[in-house]
Parts: sequence; C-alpha cells; structure tokens
Amino acid sequence: MSDTHMSRSMYYRIYMILMALLIATIGAAYIHFGVLNFPIAMLIATVKAVLVIMYFMHVKYSEKSTWLFSTAGFIWLGFLLVGVMIDYLSRFAD
Amino acid sequence: MSAHSGAPGEAHVAHQFDSAEQQRTSAEMGMWLFLITEVLFFGGLFMAYTLYRWSFPHAFAEASMHLNLIWGGVNTFVLLTSSLTMALAVNSAEIGNQKQLKAFLLWTILFGCIFLGVKVVEYSDKFHHHLIPGPHFQFEGGDAKHAQIFFFLYFAMTGLHAIHMIIGIGLLSYIYVMAKRGTYSPAYYNPVHVSGLYWHFVDIVWIFLYPLLYLIGAR
Repeated sequence: MSDTHMSRSMYYRIYMILMALLIATIGAAYIHFGVLNFPIAMLIATVKAVLVIMYFMHVKYSEKSTWLFSTAGFIWLGFLLVGVMIDYLSRFAD
Repeated sequence: MSAHSGAPGEAHVAHQFDSAEQQRTSAEMGMWLFLITEVLFFGGLFMAYTLYRWSFPHAFAEASMHLNLIWGGVNTFVLLTSSLTMALAVNSAEIGNQKQLKAFLLWTILFGCIFLGVKVVEYSDKFHHHLIPGPHFQFEGGDAKHAQIFFFLYFAMTGLHAIHMIIGIGLLSYIYVMAKRGTYSPAYYNPVHVSGLYWHFVDIVWIFLYPLLYLIGAR
C-alpha cells in the first residue's frame, strides 16, 4: 500500500454509522416486530460486520484473494448451519 | 516476524520473500486463513445455539431476559470503539506516526480491559442468581431444563470470546512493546496490520453474540 486508501475522517464516519446501527439494534429490541425481530437484529448485525470487514479490515481495498478468503469462511459456516438444520427440520415427530 | 535487510531499499524483508509486497500479502493471507478457521471454531457453538434456540424458543427468550442488555450494549459500544482505535493504530503505522500508533494501541488495550471488567461484573451477577449451569442452577421460570441450555451456551460462547479477548490484549501488548522500540514504519508494519485483523474478528464475533444472547424477542 503506497498511499493510504482511507482517510482518518472516513474511519470516523464508519464509526458513527456503527454507533447509529448499535442504537438501532437496541431500539429494535424494544419494538414488537413479532417474528421479524430476529431477522431484523441479524440484518443489522450483518451490516455492522460487513462495515468492519470492508473498511476497518480494509478488505474493500485488498487483493481479491483476501475478499475470497473472508467470504469463504462465512460460506463454510453457512454450510454447517444449513446442513445440520436440514437434518433436524426434516425429522418428523418421534 | 523476522526483520533483516534484503535488497537495497527493501529493509525488513525475510529471506524467503522476493519483496516487501510479497511478504505483506503473505502475512495478510496467513492471518485470514487463520481467521476463517476461527469462524468455524466459533461456528460450532453458533450451530449449537441455532439448533437449541429453534428447539426451545420460549425457554431461550425467557432465559435471555435474565441478561442485562444495557451491560451487553455497553460492551458492544466498547468493542466497536476499540475497533476504531485499532484501525487508527494500523493507519498510524501506515503513515509513520509512532506517537499515535502507541497511543491508539494503548486505547485499544484499555477498551479490551473495560470489556473484560464488564464481563466479570456480569458473570458474578449470574453466580449470585444461581444461573451458572450445574448442580446449583436455579431458574424460576417455566422451563428450567431448557433455560439451562441457554445459559450453558451463554457461558461457553462469551467465555470463548473472552479468552480470545485476553489473547488479543496480550498480542497488542507485545505489539506495543515492539512499537516502543521503533520496530514499525510505513515500510514494515505487517504485525500491526495482522493483529488488527485478529482484533476486528473478535469484535465481529461479539457483534453477533449481542443480539443472539441479549436481545431474543422484544422487551
């Protein structure tokens, strides 16, 4: 990296967005969205994680192989979650 | 993290690398490889959580109410802030600002210690309310048996996370000592960079732990 891709102000801006998302996380917990509470909380958490990965961890400005590695890890986690749940969800009452 | 001169103008390049750039990309790839193993390491516990929450949603929601979401929120704020200071520490190394590099490392370590302090407060509270799984577990709710599963996962996941925080604090302390010796410069700051990647990963784990453990169902 010959010159910095991100300015100091950009770090602070991403941080302010993360703070807003944290407030949204807590706020949403107090609102009754019913079954949607869980997906909403997960969506907000995912957006926070993506911001940290892309900007704080610089994946946005890194080689494609870095992007591949970071994405692959979560895809593999997806395999674990989906694969095991398919087993349990397809079992019928004993 | 060996550092000795390579070709002229290419200080700090270990002998197995052709260039500083190759050394840098190798370090980054190596840490990411490790981090994806960590995703699956925590992933096992997330899998157990997914299964048991799906199986016992009411017990989990009820048990989750016993966690103080304010403490959890404070810890989320502390870790997000520590991620900022960590990123700024790496940025300081990148631009060669030694004073800020050291200052931001210390801030990050401090926030990590505050996080652990809050965990100590929370864990003691659980102990006093007999919510630690085991022979002394007492739960005055509908489904104590399955609530205990929630608390087992709570301690296992936050405990594993706390161990990672302790390791991270130790790692950053080492980086701070090396920074004091003037080891890092814009030409070579890989250890600062990869320590930052590790720290951000531990932050991301908590970003998911907070809603999953503290915010099940609406209040």
